Amino acid sequence: MLIESFIFYVFAAGLILSATGVIFLKNPVHGALSLVLAFVASSCLWLMLEAEFLALILILVYVGAVMTLFLFVVMTIDLDRDAHQPTFVRYFPFAVILMAVFAGILIFIFSSHLFENHFVKHPEDFSNIQSLGEILYTQYAYPFELAAVLLLIAIVAAISLNPRTLKSKAHKTQIIENQIDIHRKDRIRLVKMSSEKKP
Amino acid sequence: MITLQHYLILGAILFCLGLTGFTINRKNLINLLMCIELLLLGVNFNLIAFSAFLNNIHGQIFVFFILTVAAAEAAIGLSILMVFFRNRHTVVVAELNELKG
Repeated sequence: MLIESFIFYVFAAGLILSATGVIFLKNPVHGALSLVLAFVASSCLWLMLEAEFLALILILVYVGAVMTLFLFVVMTIDLDRDAHQPTFVRYFPFAVILMAVFAGILIFIFSSHLFENHFVKHPEDFSNIQSLGEILYTQYAYPFELAAVLLLIAIVAAISLNPRTLKSKAHKTQIIENQIDIHRKDRIRLVKMSSEKKP
Repeated sequence: MITLQHYLILGAILFCLGLTGFTINRKNLINLLMCIELLLLGVNFNLIAFSAFLNNIHGQIFVFFILTVAAAEAAIGLSILMVFFRNRHTVVVAELNELKG
């Protein structure tokens, strides 16, 4: 029990420190790496809660894919020219005080005796992935397919936002001037014809 | 002894840190996107903690979907950022005032 508390506090401290680093580090590359550390620490905490599948997904998808994308973008765009800009807003101290009060209220609420549940370990042959899959492919099959469609939409959006696609001939855009500059006679031709008799 | 309280408080602190970063930052847009990831991580902490301590797997399903949506959001957000950078040659939050909002 003691060793588990120790591990929890180590990773919780690492998580909070690296989350603070995301906010306050000036260099966005350091911020992104600090966010990677936060994801790894929280993945370890999720492992302690026996949510193995999500912990591994967090490492694979977030650290492996999303944060790589972040780092790629940070290194692609030129941030040096904005170095003279102020880092934080004018009302920075007030915002921090307000958020500290908000955090204090949340901590006060969560310290109530309602949340003093203890963690009950599953038996050793319990499979987190199996129980997750059993419910995901039956009860949540429809939301699962919606999530797949959402990812497809994200792919289409990310590809169509590519500047090279935006410029190429294949990309269809509205030409607003041409749309405004039309007249009725260009589009509609009224034909007068005599009515026909019904057979 | 670690109880549900500890995990909930950790999630709350994470959420507040993300919210703080989101409000006080005016330097660049990438930091804002990273703060959104922190906010989502704080929410996921709550869901996983409740799921584990109340022995109810449905919370983890929700975290699964949140991760999906967050990945899609990060991809689209970053590609919008790239297009914006191509047009304006800057990602400073204070200069995003074309809509005069």
